[in-house]
Amino acid sequence: MNFARAHILVCGGTGCTSSKSPEIIAEFESRLKENGLADEIKVVQTGCFGLCALGPIVVVYPEGIYYCQVKVEDVEEIVREHMLKGRVVERLLYKESEEVSESLNDTDFYKKQTRIALRNCGVIDPENIDEYIAYDGYQALAKCLTEYTPQQVIDLVSASGLRGRGGAGFPTGRKWQFAAVEKGPVKYVCCNADEGDPGAFMDRSVLEGDPHSVLEAMTIAGYAIGSSQGYIYVRAEYPIAVQRLKKAVEQSREYGFLGKNIFDSGFDFDIDVRLGAGAFVCGEETALMTSIEGHRGEPRPRPPFPAVKGLFGVPTILNNVETYANIPWILVHGPEKFAEMGSGASKGTKVFALGGKIKNTGLVEIPMGTPLRQVIEDIGGGCPNGKKFKAAQTGGPSGGCIPASLIDTPLDYESMAAIGSIIGSGGLIVMDEDNCMVDIAKFFLEFPVDESCGKCSPCRIGTRRMLEILNKITSGQGTLEDIDTLEELCNHVKNNSLCGLGQTAPNPVLSTLRYFRDEYIAHVVDKKCPAGVCKALLNYSIDPEKCKGCTLCARNCPVGAITGSVRQPHEIDKSKCIKCGACIEKCKFDAIYKA
Amino acid sequence: MPNTKTLVSFRGTPEQEAELRKFIEQTKDEPGSTMPIMQKAQEIYGYLPEEVQIIIAEATGVPLTEIYGIATFYAQFSLNPKGEIQVSVCLGTACYVKGSGDVLERVVKKLGCEAGSITADGRFSVDATRCVGACGLAPVMIVNGEVYGRIKPDEVDAILEKYM
Repeated sequence: MNFARAHILVCGGTGCTSSKSPEIIAEFESRLKENGLADEIKVVQTGCFGLCALGPIVVVYPEGIYYCQVKVEDVEEIVREHMLKGRVVERLLYKESEEVSESLNDTDFYKKQTRIALRNCGVIDPENIDEYIAYDGYQALAKCLTEYTPQQVIDLVSASGLRGRGGAGFPTGRKWQFAAVEKGPVKYVCCNADEGDPGAFMDRSVLEGDPHSVLEAMTIAGYAIGSSQGYIYVRAEYPIAVQRLKKAVEQSREYGFLGKNIFDSGFDFDIDVRLGAGAFVCGEETALMTSIEGHRGEPRPRPPFPAVKGLFGVPTILNNVETYANIPWILVHGPEKFAEMGSGASKGTKVFALGGKIKNTGLVEIPMGTPLRQVIEDIGGGCPNGKKFKAAQTGGPSGGCIPASLIDTPLDYESMAAIGSIIGSGGLIVMDEDNCMVDIAKFFLEFPVDESCGKCSPCRIGTRRMLEILNKITSGQGTLEDIDTLEELCNHVKNNSLCGLGQTAPNPVLSTLRYFRDEYIAHVVDKKCPAGVCKALLNYSIDPEKCKGCTLCARNCPVGAITGSVRQPHEIDKSKCIKCGACIEKCKFDAIYKA
Repeated sequence: MPNTKTLVSFRGTPEQEAELRKFIEQTKDEPGSTMPIMQKAQEIYGYLPEEVQIIIAEATGVPLTEIYGIATFYAQFSLNPKGEIQVSVCLGTACYVKGSGDVLERVVKKLGCEAGSITADGRFSVDATRCVGACGLAPVMIVNGEVYGRIKPDEVDAILEKYM
């Protein structure tokens, strides 16, 4: 084996790939070769480092130097300066406030995280099973198959206190126990990798950065419940994840970690990768199974629960990607270590996808119970451009908004439920003063309206009527009664829908009504959108102080609503204005404003 | 989404049909193979017109109504062909709060074709997609696989003109 004096790690996650990281890798390889360094320095394509806002990211070991927003043109300089002369290229380093951080472990973004599910993401080459093995990979599986009985495995998972990371938070050990006591001979282990929550991408990162951890955990689950076949249902929209997953399955079969008689224990297990086809409802467990069976992904009433009668009518367990990624760690380090982290009934860590109006967009993994403030201000770096934090939205279309006044709420299952939101799959979208909460509620509601499978009427019809009311409100036609009707309808849809999609669809509306009712009232009574988002409620005006009378706006107005003579302040005729915004775009003096 | 019967006439070749039928023969006895077969068909033809759905129904024995039901249920399956140049704008939450709605509006205005449809000459098709996972680059627009991140609405015209 060749030893390299340095390693250059380049992020190959979806975010960085979109900003040309494959070209950067190719450029590194050719530049190193050109300088005769190809044997001493190895270029590795890793999974996601988490700090997607600054991609593409390049990390150089052994020093751990962290380069951000690297362009193909920068590669030559890194090789010439850093690799040949040992001088760090300062201008590409990550700058957190005034301080420049050389190593990624020195940054607030990483220092305050505890990475368990993401432990290997950005560390190993996901396409190389040997690197996974070098990081304790498949050790947990070997231990289970050779030292523990299936019941002991379930007891260990139960003792860790791990709960489902996909949204519902059901205790994983208990789920396995239910399926284990059912009679076989055929049972299935499924993995929900149909990450549909817009703005959450931790499952994709695990699949792209550490696919073997999911395969290992599924095999362990198969041993625990007495199943010999697993299915991974993964979004087709994640091409890199699908490709790495398929490759990992092949490698795993080659090494004998999947297939017949694994570790000479007499236990057989194999995994099939199935592609989803873009239906949000398929993230719901019964709908996902119906979809794997090859039908329209409609949910089924429960009971019977999947542990009793699941995929193809036999006992099945279904866990989410992030849940599985925790399992090997728990079994290697012991359940006590895992249970030490977190708060109350929420043990361990949770990955959140930080997005929206926040400086450090990306993935963060923190102990459960960490206050929201720490995530937004310390790790996330707050809202950019000095704007004021208004609310955070967690749990996607099934979740709720947390207003600025509750920023000290701990992020755990119970505390979030108490304020009307959920942890969900871990999407965390930050909004500032420029976001209209009624518009956000409408945005989230469009999701279930589009994605409702149509099987039950509260969801199919109810969500559509709710959206109509919201449209009425944002277009300035709403009344106070509409707000009451909307609330009543929300509760009806919540209580009477068949599956999780419908039952949680009203949450974004209910929580914005709870914390931002004044904004709804402003839309209805004052016919104003305080954040300046809802077009119908905006009026365009010209500031006579700033207007130079250049006539540019008047010439560009498609409906001739602007009048005025040359070098005199112009005016907009509000009855003619169609609020297209063409004038604002053209004005060179910032004289036109909307309010 | 306008996922109705397309007006574009079917131009499938015998080679395409042979490839599809071969795949169906190999997989139809596996449990739950209908979806993988339809995904393969869409990969071969680019979309799932009635003619292709009939081939699948006949070769698998699954009723055509059920095939049609599946094809219209999942967003990934399309009954319409895609344009030579496929433009999609991400409307995931992270992109939306950063203004991707305005980006989409500009695309629609520039091309004169609604999201989920195709221009009359078949050159461009526009889609509003779910989160593509490049949230760090929000707002994101993708043209034939090329990703444009952190774009502003007034940059849209120039990007699209490169493809015209």
